[in-house]
Amino acid sequence: MKKTIKSVGAAALMTLAAGIAQAADTIKVGVLHSLSGTMAISETTLKDTVLMMIEEQNKAGGLLGKKLEPVVVDPASNWPLFAEKTRELLEKEKVDVIFGCWTSVSRKSVLPVIEELNGLLFYPVQYEGEESSKNVFYTGAAPNQQAIPAVDYLAAQGVERWVLAGTDYVYPRTTNKILEAYLKDSGVAEADIMINYTPFGHSDWQTIVSDIKKFGSAGKKTAVVSTINGDANVPFYKELGNQGVSAEDIPVVAFSVGEEELSGFDTAPLVGHLAAWNYFMSAESEENDEFIEAWHAFIGDEDRVTNDPMEATYIGFKMWAKAVEKAGTTDVDTVRDAIYGVVVPNLTGGYAVMNTNHHLTKPVLIGEIQEDGQFETVWQTDGGVIGDAWTDYLAESAKIVADWTAPITCGNYNIETGTCSGQNY
Amino acid sequence: MKIVHRLMLLVLGAVLSVSSLADEYSDALNTLIKGNFKEKAKAVEVIAASGNEQSVVILESMLEGNLFYRRSDNLLGFAELVDKKYNFKSLDGTETEEGLGKRKVKKVSVNNSLRKQLRGLIAGLQLISGTKAQRKDAALNMLSTVDESMVPLLNSALKQEKENSIKKLLMLNIAMVDIDSNDEKIWQPALSTLRSSLESDVRNKLVSIQEVGPEEKQQAITDALQSIEGKVNFYGGVENIFFGLSLGSVLLLAAVGLAITFGVMGVINMAHGEMIMLGAYTTFVIQTYVMPNWVDGSVLVAIPVAFMVTGAFGILIERTVIRYLYGRPLETLLATFGLSLILQQLVRTVFSPLNQSVATPSWMSGSWAVNGALSLTYNRLYIIGFSLLVFIGLIFLLRRTYFGLQMRAVTQNRPMASSMGIRTGWVDALTFGLGSGVAGIAGVALSQLTNVGPNLGQGYIIDSFMVVVFGGVGNLWGTLVAAFSLGVVNKFLEPVAGAVLAKILVLIFIILFIQKRPRGMFALKGRAVDG
Repeated sequence: MKKTIKSVGAAALMTLAAGIAQAADTIKVGVLHSLSGTMAISETTLKDTVLMMIEEQNKAGGLLGKKLEPVVVDPASNWPLFAEKTRELLEKEKVDVIFGCWTSVSRKSVLPVIEELNGLLFYPVQYEGEESSKNVFYTGAAPNQQAIPAVDYLAAQGVERWVLAGTDYVYPRTTNKILEAYLKDSGVAEADIMINYTPFGHSDWQTIVSDIKKFGSAGKKTAVVSTINGDANVPFYKELGNQGVSAEDIPVVAFSVGEEELSGFDTAPLVGHLAAWNYFMSAESEENDEFIEAWHAFIGDEDRVTNDPMEATYIGFKMWAKAVEKAGTTDVDTVRDAIYGVVVPNLTGGYAVMNTNHHLTKPVLIGEIQEDGQFETVWQTDGGVIGDAWTDYLAESAKIVADWTAPITCGNYNIETGTCSGQNY
Repeated sequence: MKIVHRLMLLVLGAVLSVSSLADEYSDALNTLIKGNFKEKAKAVEVIAASGNEQSVVILESMLEGNLFYRRSDNLLGFAELVDKKYNFKSLDGTETEEGLGKRKVKKVSVNNSLRKQLRGLIAGLQLISGTKAQRKDAALNMLSTVDESMVPLLNSALKQEKENSIKKLLMLNIAMVDIDSNDEKIWQPALSTLRSSLESDVRNKLVSIQEVGPEEKQQAITDALQSIEGKVNFYGGVENIFFGLSLGSVLLLAAVGLAITFGVMGVINMAHGEMIMLGAYTTFVIQTYVMPNWVDGSVLVAIPVAFMVTGAFGILIERTVIRYLYGRPLETLLATFGLSLILQQLVRTVFSPLNQSVATPSWMSGSWAVNGALSLTYNRLYIIGFSLLVFIGLIFLLRRTYFGLQMRAVTQNRPMASSMGIRTGWVDALTFGLGSGVAGIAGVALSQLTNVGPNLGQGYIIDSFMVVVFGGVGNLWGTLVAAFSLGVVNKFLEPVAGAVLAKILVLIFIILFIQKRPRGMFALKGRAVDG
């Protein structure tokens, strides 16, 4: 008996020692996604995605001959805590890269810290644009990679009247501002645009849906462009279904509804409503099949879906790994210079390219919701669309460009005055 | 033998003469596999016009997404999903294959405009031969796509139709075509048919032709639109009141449990929202794990179960935490707030942070179309009725039962009740359990309206407190009136001010009201107040 205890103890010591030895020689990857609080619903999945990517990379021999080591922290859907956790990751844990954030306010809260400590953040969610930080790579869609193509598609389908409905915070407000300017530029009258904002987690949609119905019975084909935030969508779509608004009469195109959100409700009444993303789980490609298979194996649940932010995380991770190999080091400045122009296959069968404005080139897909909660692609761009950090449709942003290579080397360079304001937050 | 031979020749001849048609038909079927949406739109027209007895089935299964083709040989057929594998059956039923992987077959894809077209075509095919419900749907569905080419079909349908309501719809369809004519004798009767209809398709049509044709006709259409508008506005008002009552019923359900724990017992229970959430999760568990094959009944079964589950949680919380904190509102507030966070995280750990899907029973889906402009959704109707039932039940319990008597005695004068032999601690626990149980019932109702997720309760806790304070602490009737009046006021403000501002205005109104009447609308009077 004593002997066994001794040997167990020795074994434990040895693994501990091995662990320490290994820890000294690993590349640390920070994961900054909320695992509790309101945003846990979306962000937990991304944490798992990063862990899966790390596991796969380690199986393939790691990077630069070293193993990758995840450092997971929980910022608990608390915006100031995002900044503190970033500081902890960079100063205490000394991570080489961070994958994280979902909401724009969490990213804005991380910005000052990550710029001060010269860290590296990959941000995987579609957002409102109007930003390009030296230390952040945006692998989600900018407005011109999601909102604008969606509106173009609907206009081609004969839509002349537009409802812009959103949750009342920065992403919908900015996106709708851009869309409104864009629609007016393309000749839509003021009276044919209805803008509506609702509070977070709004659950009583009766009046708004009834207003939309009325707005839609004015003799012109009407569509709803929805930037309604995750949780409020279920009651919104339920109300649409109950009041008999079908996708054939008034289609709703959503920018925040993906496979994961749909898995939370009965999609039968929603068939035909649309979403615009850069990836759908139903995409047909070798890479996608492999990715889904790996995901199911990793998470141990065949019913889990994949979604666009997961693809963005996948692309970001692959790009970072490629850049590190190319640079031969994890030093932030060297990796940054190495990552421009890096090409990675995306999951929809094409290629994603990292541009010098820290945004990706990738295709845009429009899909219709099917009864099984998946999307069916009904339209997609011919090639990739270059992510535009500063939109061309707002007068004050049109003159600003982002380019982090010489001679501009600036995230918000004003081409009229030739100055760089340098501040992103 | 000779006769047989001759017959064969005859059949062959017939086959040859229709062979070009048949070619067109099979070409169209091929287009469904390979074509883009525009080509498919033409193909479905051909299929509908072919007169082939299978065409309705093909179009319907295409609409419903059951039409597939096998990738290996581009064979069109129906497929059905069984245990994540497809069972494939070719169109003529001669070839079947079971257990195909999802990459082996591919759905014939449709988009919205194609779906609309399909619905119109199927309507045309069913208009004569369908069942009563099918014919009615068909006539309604045709309204948005009807054109001149369908008039003969409509006329022949009209001739043999016996059902009056369907006849009217058919005439409406014909009027939708006739209105395009500039001949006074045709458009005038058509317009008088149309102006009595409140269907939005009719309004769409009239608006779109408002500025074409002779001046006299334009004027008449404008008049008709005005009269329709007037009616629509009236029904809009009715609808708004319904929306208000429905919001009120949700507020009532959420707040009535709190009216007991906060109003009657004086406990500030911040975990009340989480009791609602637990009730909703109970519904989810019953529907998904206990009776997955009986969605229609699961919600009804969930009501008593949710009451017991959350009631038990309530009693547990009361016995372990709250009873040590009576008379210390600040500590209670903090402790129950902590509890609410613990319960949320517990649900996240047990069920995952994702929202769970609770299906709506068929008897609660859809809406009751009073007319084209006014339709009341069934789920809201049921919930209004249900909230009133719960309320009446509670009033009965408090006023007419022995437990209600004990409860009132304890809350009015604890030492006296205790000296009369009432076990006050036991009554406290049961009262708290009752309040929590009612919150659980509210959760069952809310699972039909909103997300079932860990954050469900948070959206309702502030509103619940608002209702109870506004109505008057300790008064159930006050809660009823407060819930419905806040609901209606909110809904009348919302179209004017927007959802965000409406909420703020209601909150400001309540703050001002409380300044004037600190005890709410229906304040308790007498000695009980100071007790």
